[in-house]
Amino acid sequence: MFLLLEEAPDTFGYMILGYAFFSVVMIAYVASMYVRNRNLKRDLETLESIQAEEAKPTKRQ
Amino acid sequence: MQPRPIGLKILDVVTIIVLAISAYLALFFAPTEKVMGEVQRVFYFHIGTAWVGLLGFVIAAIAGIAYLVSKNMLWDRFEVAAVEVSTVFFFITIVLGSIWARPAWNTWWTWDPRLTTAAITELIYIAYFMLRQGIEEPEKRARFGAVYTLLGGISAPITFMVIRLFRTIHPVVIGSANGTQEKMSMSGDMKIAFFFALFAFTVIFVDMIWHRLRLSALEEKVESLKLNASM
Repeated sequence: MFLLLEEAPDTFGYMILGYAFFSVVMIAYVASMYVRNRNLKRDLETLESIQAEEAKPTKRQ
Repeated sequence: MQPRPIGLKILDVVTIIVLAISAYLALFFAPTEKVMGEVQRVFYFHIGTAWVGLLGFVIAAIAGIAYLVSKNMLWDRFEVAAVEVSTVFFFITIVLGSIWARPAWNTWWTWDPRLTTAAITELIYIAYFMLRQGIEEPEKRARFGAVYTLLGGISAPITFMVIRLFRTIHPVVIGSANGTQEKMSMSGDMKIAFFFALFAFTVIFVDMIWHRLRLSALEEKVESLKLNASM
C-alpha cells in the first residue's frame, strides 16, 4: 500500500532558519566593513596629525 | 578618504531595492514546492549566493594574473575585495544548502562530491586570509596572493562541474542531468524568482566589491603612513 503525499511537508521552520541565517551574516559583514572603515579613518587622522606635528619647525629657546 | 561617490550612493539604494524584491519573489511570489515544502524557498538565495561566490573566486584569479603581469597594486586590492566578499557569500551558500538538506536528505551534511568540493573551496579562501596576514611586505604579499588565487581559482569550476562528472545526490539546476541525477524542474513563477535572485545578487556583489575596494585603498594609505612614521 502506498501513501500518497497530498500536502507539502511542514518545513516552514527550516525556511525561517535559512533566511534568518542569511540576514545575520549579511548584517554582520556590513557592520564589520563599517567598523573597519571607522577605525581606519581614526588611524589616518592620528597619523596625519603626528606627521603635521613633526613637520612643524621647532622653536628656539 | 574621498567621500562616497554618487554612483556608489545610487548603487547602494538599488542594492537594497533588488534585495527586497528578490526576498519578496522568493518568499511570497514563487509557489510552494510540493515535495519539499517551504524550505525549497531557500534555494533562490542558495543559488544566488553560490553564483556570486564562485564568480568572485574566478574574478580574483583573473585579478591575480593582472597583478603578476602589471605589478599594479590596484589589482591586488581588487583580488582581496573579490575573495573576501565571495568567501562570505559562499559560506552562506554552504549553510543554506545544509539547512535545505536536513528535511530533504534527512541529514545536515554528507560527504557528497559537491558538498566536499564546496567545503574545500571555502577552506582554501579562509586560509588565503590567514596566510596573507603573515606577510608584512606589501609587494611580497601581493605576489603571494596573486599566485594563491590563481591556483585556488581552479576549485571554482571544479565545484561547479563536479555534479556533472561524478555520481552525486545534489540536484542539477542549470544544464542537463545524467541518468542517475535529479533534475530540478521549475514552474514559470519559480523561474522568475530564480533569475531575479541571480540578477539581484550580481548587483549586491558589485556594490560590496566597490565598498571593499574603498576600504582597501584606506588600508593601504594607513599602512604607508605607518611605514613612514616608523622610519
